[in-house]
Amino acid sequence: MAFDPLSELPKLVYLVIAVAAFLAVVGVLLLVVDHGPRSRRDWWQALCFLGPAGALLLAGLVYPVLRTTLLSFRDRAGTGWVGWENYAWMFTQPEIVLVLRNTLLWVLFAPALATGIGLVYAVLVDRSRHEAVAKSLLFMPMAISFVGASIIWRFVYTHRPADEPQIGLLNQLVVVFGGSPRQWLLTEPLNTLLLIVVLVWIQAGFAMVVQSAAIKAVPAEITEAARIDGVNPWQMFWRVTLPMIWPTVAVVLITISVQTLKVFDIVRTMTGGQFGTSVIANEMYNQAFRYGELGQGSALAVFLFVLVIPLVLIQIRNLRRTREAQ
Amino acid sequence: MSLSLPPPRRRALAAAALPLALLASGCAYLEGGTNQAADPGSADCAPFREWQDIGGEVEIYASIRDEEGEATQAAWADFESCTGIDIAYEGSGEFEAQIQVKVDGGNAPDIAIFPQPGLLARFVESGDALALPAPVRERAEEGYSEDWLGYVTHGGELYGTPFGANVKSIVWYSPRFFAAEGYEVPETWDAMVELSDRMVDDGFTPWCAGIESGEATGWPVTDWLENAVLREHGPEVYDQWVAHEIPFDDPRIVDSLDRVGDILRNPEYVGDVQSIATTSQQDAGLPILDEECGMYLIGSFYSSNWPEGTDISEDGDVFTFNLPAIDEEVGTPVLGGGEFAAAFADRPEVVAVQEYLASADYADRRARAGSWFSAHRELDLEALHNPHDRFGAELLREPGTDFRWDGGDSMPAAVGSGTFWRGMTNWINGDGTGEVLAYVEQSWPS
Repeated sequence: MAFDPLSELPKLVYLVIAVAAFLAVVGVLLLVVDHGPRSRRDWWQALCFLGPAGALLLAGLVYPVLRTTLLSFRDRAGTGWVGWENYAWMFTQPEIVLVLRNTLLWVLFAPALATGIGLVYAVLVDRSRHEAVAKSLLFMPMAISFVGASIIWRFVYTHRPADEPQIGLLNQLVVVFGGSPRQWLLTEPLNTLLLIVVLVWIQAGFAMVVQSAAIKAVPAEITEAARIDGVNPWQMFWRVTLPMIWPTVAVVLITISVQTLKVFDIVRTMTGGQFGTSVIANEMYNQAFRYGELGQGSALAVFLFVLVIPLVLIQIRNLRRTREAQ
Repeated sequence: MSLSLPPPRRRALAAAALPLALLASGCAYLEGGTNQAADPGSADCAPFREWQDIGGEVEIYASIRDEEGEATQAAWADFESCTGIDIAYEGSGEFEAQIQVKVDGGNAPDIAIFPQPGLLARFVESGDALALPAPVRERAEEGYSEDWLGYVTHGGELYGTPFGANVKSIVWYSPRFFAAEGYEVPETWDAMVELSDRMVDDGFTPWCAGIESGEATGWPVTDWLENAVLREHGPEVYDQWVAHEIPFDDPRIVDSLDRVGDILRNPEYVGDVQSIATTSQQDAGLPILDEECGMYLIGSFYSSNWPEGTDISEDGDVFTFNLPAIDEEVGTPVLGGGEFAAAFADRPEVVAVQEYLASADYADRRARAGSWFSAHRELDLEALHNPHDRFGAELLREPGTDFRWDGGDSMPAAVGSGTFWRGMTNWINGDGTGEVLAYVEQSWPS
């Protein structure tokens, strides 16, 4: 089908409308600010500029959190109260307990592996001859969306019967070394670990770049002093580099942990939550939207929220501490 | 007045006014451009006389997309141009989840075409879906049998008009291949098993199987089980089972699943059992064309999966036979599905579209637009696109036919589109029959 700019005109008009609406809002806002009272002018300005952001925050974050929490104590249709029943269901239904276990596996393995691999890689390539190339190789998967990466890895794990040519990389390797092809995504809990590999593949680049920057920021005097004192590379890493960059490592760990708790796309794209691979975010979507179990879906959402909060708090505290240190 | 403002203010005012002017003109542009109506007095417009002079716009939301979505719209194009009622159609692959979001968000479509009566029931319970107004109800009762309307009757009121239909108790096979090898379409379940053994002896794989379908993986096995229950124990037991009046893992259901297992979990019949869960249900039947497998149980909608140029006819490349009877007394009740159009608004133009969708005229036009059939009593069989649609439409129409809707669609969604599919997937992967059925039983919401 040929591209006909005229048929796309309504879209362009929508675009113009959207931009115009935005400009109109800003224009009106500026006018209002300009016409404010003379006294307490700074308060007026702060109110005008923070007001819209505050209102959006209320409507987009605070209200949904409160409503979801309320819904988690209500029944399927969100009309009658059921007390703690949805939470009791979550921790007793074998299927959901499996979901919680999978999420635990994700949180235990994914952040540690991604951060660890990123750190080791950063140290190994630091000041080497091909550092830029080596770094971009690991960083490149970051440019791929979770869904895209999942599709790529689903091909890696693809299985064909033994008498047919394998199209999956992993099974081809197994066959080359004399094994017989396996259904990688069908066996528990191996399949969850194989899904974790995808997240690690994407996030290791991020971990490496951030930690590499931190390593480079370690003052040369300190490393030189250590070298004069005669440390070997092993001691250098454990006694000097790691303590110096620890705040950065913590930030990376926590950022990836939050990502991991929310993981949804990978599971949904690769297995659809089948074969015992479902995680909280996926099950929450299933319950609330596919099964119409609003109460149970909300309870899962609240639980996920509660899990994320401490991580965010630690993050904020770290941030404040580094700011104070500066 | 603005002239008296100091220059910076004037500029600010202009800065605010210009986008507003753009906004207004942009909106005005989009408002215009309604489609030019056909001459309402012409003979082509005769079938639509009663709905002229209403006008307006009606939003329809459905899960029907791509080619089928286009055919759905093509079939009401004349209605639109003759009556001046605009139909804004949106087909979505995420219909099941999004319809809830739309309705909750106060953004319900005027008409939604539900592929599952169970999903529609949710909106009837919440009071969002509207009962059919009297004129629409009359048409629905004229056009469709009680078997069909029963699925959307709640508290004596009808909530939807049947739309398309499909038949799921059929087996795809290759007449060409059967003729060449001297195989005959089996008349009983036992004959079907014998035929399978004969194929194995001749070095063929008798059954195609594949149940991968994204998050819906496992559903083709639920069709197998429902068919087996329906044929082995009859419609009454089937109804009790679907309504959860007998436990999901009743011994009779265990028997039926074991019967299915004799075919689907038999490596001689299907090849590698382990690969069924990762073979896409859309591709699984295609090897029939290459004689790599002989038979495939899947609904009539599979006809759109065959490559272009495939001869779908009684002595062509592929065709279907009715899944044979297990018990002669029970016979061969039809298992099937389809869609229902339900309304969330009762403006006159919405009612007009509802009336039209329930009419034989729409059914005929839709059938002419592409592979499709419905259970409408007056559907013109000559309008059907291919012999296979005719086969399905005739099955539905045969006098005395017991029709049963795909049970998974009327079970609570947590079971019907959740644990039932998952359980059957685990069963294919080797879990025990009793264990899997017990798993689905305990997941039934209280």
